[in-house]
This record gives sequence, C-alpha cells and structure tokens, in this order.
Amino acid sequence: MGERAMNLPPARVMSSHPVSASAGSPGGPRRGRFAMASEAVLEWVIRLCGISAILFVFGIFFFVLREGTGFLFGELNLVQFFFSTEWYPTSNANVRYGVLALIAGTFSVTGLAMLIAVPFGLGAAVFVSEFCGQRLRETLKIVIELLAAIPSVVWGFIGISVMNPLIQEVFHVPVGLNVLNGALLLALMSVPIMVSIGEDALKAVPDSYREASLAMGATRWQTVHRVLLPAAKNGLLAAVLLGVGRAVGETMAVLMATGHAVNIPKSPFDPVRTLTATIAAELGEASVGSNHYQVLFVIGILLFSITFSVNLIADLIVKGTRKR
Amino acid sequence: MRRLSLPLLRTRRALTQGLACGALAVLALGLGAGCKKKAEPASEGAASGAAEPAKKQSIQNIGSDTMVNLAQAWAEEYAKLEPHLSIEVSGGGSGVGIAALINKTADIANSSRKMEPEELEKAKAGIGQMPTEFIVGFDGLAVYVHKSNPLESISMEELGEIYREGGKLAKWSELGVKGIPGAKSDDIIRISRQNNSGSYQYFRETVVGKKKDFKSGSLDMNGSKDVVEQVAKTPGAIGYSGLGYATPEVKILKVAKVKGEPGVLPSIASVHDKTYPISRPLFMYTPGAPSPAVKKYLDWAMSDAGQKVVEKTGYVPLPK
Repeated sequence: MGERAMNLPPARVMSSHPVSASAGSPGGPRRGRFAMASEAVLEWVIRLCGISAILFVFGIFFFVLREGTGFLFGELNLVQFFFSTEWYPTSNANVRYGVLALIAGTFSVTGLAMLIAVPFGLGAAVFVSEFCGQRLRETLKIVIELLAAIPSVVWGFIGISVMNPLIQEVFHVPVGLNVLNGALLLALMSVPIMVSIGEDALKAVPDSYREASLAMGATRWQTVHRVLLPAAKNGLLAAVLLGVGRAVGETMAVLMATGHAVNIPKSPFDPVRTLTATIAAELGEASVGSNHYQVLFVIGILLFSITFSVNLIADLIVKGTRKR
Repeated sequence: MRRLSLPLLRTRRALTQGLACGALAVLALGLGAGCKKKAEPASEGAASGAAEPAKKQSIQNIGSDTMVNLAQAWAEEYAKLEPHLSIEVSGGGSGVGIAALINKTADIANSSRKMEPEELEKAKAGIGQMPTEFIVGFDGLAVYVHKSNPLESISMEELGEIYREGGKLAKWSELGVKGIPGAKSDDIIRISRQNNSGSYQYFRETVVGKKKDFKSGSLDMNGSKDVVEQVAKTPGAIGYSGLGYATPEVKILKVAKVKGEPGVLPSIASVHDKTYPISRPLFMYTPGAPSPAVKKYLDWAMSDAGQKVVEKTGYVPLPK
C-alpha cells in the first residue's frame, strides 16, 4: 500500500529525467570489504523493517479472527446481528446482539462528516495547488499538518465542552452530543488527509495541460474546472476515500462527542453510537472469552472489513490513475 | 521533489496508522500480560511482608469506578501512617476488580455489588479459597436533574417508566413539569452508564427491574463523573450517579418508594435507616483470608479514622 503512495507522482516527475547511473558503477570510488559487508547488513535490516509491516497486519488479522470467528460461526444469530437495533449484551433476561443501530451510527456520522469535509478538503487542495502564492502555500501546509497532528481525544474534549453547548444554542436542540457534533469533528480530522492527497493528485497533472488550457484562452477557473479536475479525478476520489477510512475508524472523538446512545438517527441532532465507540467502551469490562467479549471482536471484524474495502477501493483507483 | 514527497509520506502514514495502532495494541497486550505476572509476587510480598520490613510493599487494589475516589483517598491517608506500604488503586469497574481477584492480580477487589455465586465458584477454583467479604461503606445512587428543573421529587415507578424498555414516560410534561428554563424540548433526555458498569447493573436491579432492560437510546456515559457533567450541560436531562459526585450545577431529586408518598433525599441517615430506596453497601474482597498487612489496612479503613474519609469523599459511612 505504502509503495503505491510513494511512487505515484515522483515516478512521473522522475520519468522526465534520464535515469542516472546507479551507485557502484565502475567510475565510482572503490569500496573496502567492510563497507560492502555493512552495506549488505544495513540493507537486510531495512528489508526486515519493511516486511515487519506485513507481519503485523497478518498478526492483527489473525488475532481478531481467532477471538471472533468461533462466535461468528457458532452461536451468533446473524440475522439478529445485522437487522436488529437491540443491543443488550449484558441483559439478565434477554441478551440481544443487534448492531444495526451501531452501523447506522457509524455511517450517519461518517456520511455527514464527508458532506462537510469533501467540499472543504478538495476546495483547499485546489486552492493550495493552483491559486495561492509560494509563501502562503508553505504556511497553509504547515497549519494543515498541525491540524492533522491534534490528538483525537483533544477533539473529543472540544466536542464535549465547546460544541455541546454551542450546538444546543445555535440549533435549538435538546442534546448537544449528537451526529452533527461528531461529524464536525471527523470532518476537521479528515480534511488534512484530503488536502495533502488531493494536492498531490492535482500536482501530478502535467504542467503542459495547464499551459495548453491557458493558451486556448481559458481562465484559471475554467482550467481547474474543465481540465485539472477531470484529469486528477481518480487521485481526488482516492483522497476522499482515505478520508472516509479515517472517519470510519476514528474512536475517541466520536465516543465523546456523539452521545453514545443506541439509536437510529432521524435527524443530525439525534445522539448515536458508533461501532468503534462500542468496542472501546465495553471491551475493558467484558470478561475474556465471554459471548459479550466475542461479539465485540465480531464487530472488530466487521469494522476491519469496512476499512479494508474502503482502502482497497482507494488503492485500485490510484493504480488505475497510474496506468493511464 | 521534496515538496511532493512530504505530503506523500503523510498518505502513507494515514494508511499505516491502523497498522501502527494495531502493533501498539499487540505490544500493550504483551506488556499487560507481563504486568500480571509481575503482580503475583507483589501480592505474595504483601502476604509475607511482615518478615522483611525494609522492602517497600505494595497492595494492589482494583475495581469499582464508583469506589475509585474513595479507595484513592484511603490510600493517600494511609500512606501517612505507613509510608513503607504503597497501595496501588485502579478503577475499571467492579467486574474488572473481581476478575483481577480471580486471576490473583489483586490483593483487594473493590466492588459496588455483591459477588455473584458463579464468581465465587470461579474464585474458589482460581485461588483455592473462598474470597472474604468486607462492607466498608455505603453509597446512595442519587438521581440528578439540571439545576433549573422545577421537579423536586420522583417515585421509583416513575423512574422505572422513564428508564425501562417499553416504559411509558418520555416527556417532562407527563411528570407535571411545565417548561424547564433553557430546555429546547419536552423530551426527557436519559443519561445512563455503559452496560457493564456497577452503577448500571445496580440501577437496573433496583429501579428498572431484575429481569428487565433499559430503554434504548439513552446517552451512555463512561464514568460516574461524566453523568453529572452531562446533566449539568443539558437542561432536559435526568441521570443517576454516585452521591459523592454532586456539584452545584445539578439538583438531586427526592425519591419516593411509592407514588404519593413523600420523597426522601439521599443522605447518611436515610441510607442507614433504608428510607432512601436506591442505596447499596460498598464491598472489598480479599482472596481468602487477608494477609496481615491487608487486614491492618482494612481494619483502619473501617475504623473511625477511615470512615471519616468516607464521609469527606461524599459517600456514606458505616453506622456506628
């Protein structure tokens, strides 16, 4: 996955240069045996670092599956799991594991977050890439990076203490911890990803396109609208999808800001509960190996599948761009 | 090149963030397991501690979130008396404490409910002895509303109808409350706890019904303090939490056992004479008979000096 992201535009940039002669060519300085050996060792260390990512992915995948599959294919009633809104994992009388409301919670918060974040993120990407001057661009990029570096628990804190009363007052609603609150936080958290990737996608469009468009008498906005956006379409879509992946997987901020109520939202002002927040709130006290513990891992598998497919789609789209 | 590759690195970071988190989780699990192993000799140290007083002993005290403030205050106070002994208090919930007792990683488990028969069985199998139970104080679960709410008193039935699955009360006007200043609607906003906390289970048992469940859609907070804070920020809210968490921003309701009877405010007297209906004893459990150091600590906690701390932290001391 990483390799793709690293290679795409630089490959284009570099392809315009002739590939320079590789190190260690006959003309280069002579190297001792020690230098050669240390070179080989270092190469192996670095290779190991690279491969370790794969090991971790499979390790985690294995761990989550091991804890969850027994219950998933055993006692769990899948119809109830997907189609019931009744989440009562610790009931004395009638234990029910319906996650429909939690799925609705995750998707409503993510969906609204994207409605807010996509215009902002892509707009900012277009501005940074096409319209703003060198100095402003550098400043903007640093600030956007800062936005990405704010820990999610701090976002959650802002959600509870600042946005909660603000939303109650501005929209005249009884509860300030709701879909809108969570979505605003998630939007702010996913905008930086969209800006950076979206800007890369726009920069990867060759300058000759811009020059040709301007030479035809198009204005800058027409150039962006008619030439650059279609040309960078896939990269921009990938930027959005990675933002979605970030939003679906976010836990702490939504745990704090959405109200944590099992509820199918009828408006953006209803409190909801997300899949991630449920795991975070309940896993700590579920006794290891119990049905409750296992069903939380099944939710983990569900989440893993959602983010995996979103990332995979983003990956395939970017691969598509590169081929063209 | 540089300008391009910087954000690209970030792309990669976004992709691998999940991995990194997972890796950390795996590490944390490993560490957790390691800690558990380490904790065992510590508890033995406490048991045979009298023999070697030079070594700093520690008592692991784990469990109920309701009791964590109290346990912490006791530990601090006791440290002044016995500086060589460190009492390490952590919360997580009654269930966590009892699980730690069974896994032999706790010297004292705090619990805001009685251990269940199955848990006692498990403990007997795990430790080889029956855990010993101590009642160290009392707690009243207070019912909180926003300070601007004109309601003064509520009955157990009404609370049940508000919180129970299928319960009929959903509007403040149905309780005779007409217009709470600042509230944006007539809806009763239910604030509850996450479904495995001791308070949740105790409230379910006494108010909602032993074999009943909560109504879906309540705001489930992750801590006793969060409930009170959320009620303070939401004019139309109602919530339940420990008596010790009251702030000037919220109002405690009187609770009547039966509708029509006068309500009773939770207080030391009303908890002791059991006129306040939502009160409960607070327990500490030790694996088997307590070691001398633990025994001394518990005796101190139940003495006048220890009970003064109970009162100071907002709980209800043992009757004299």
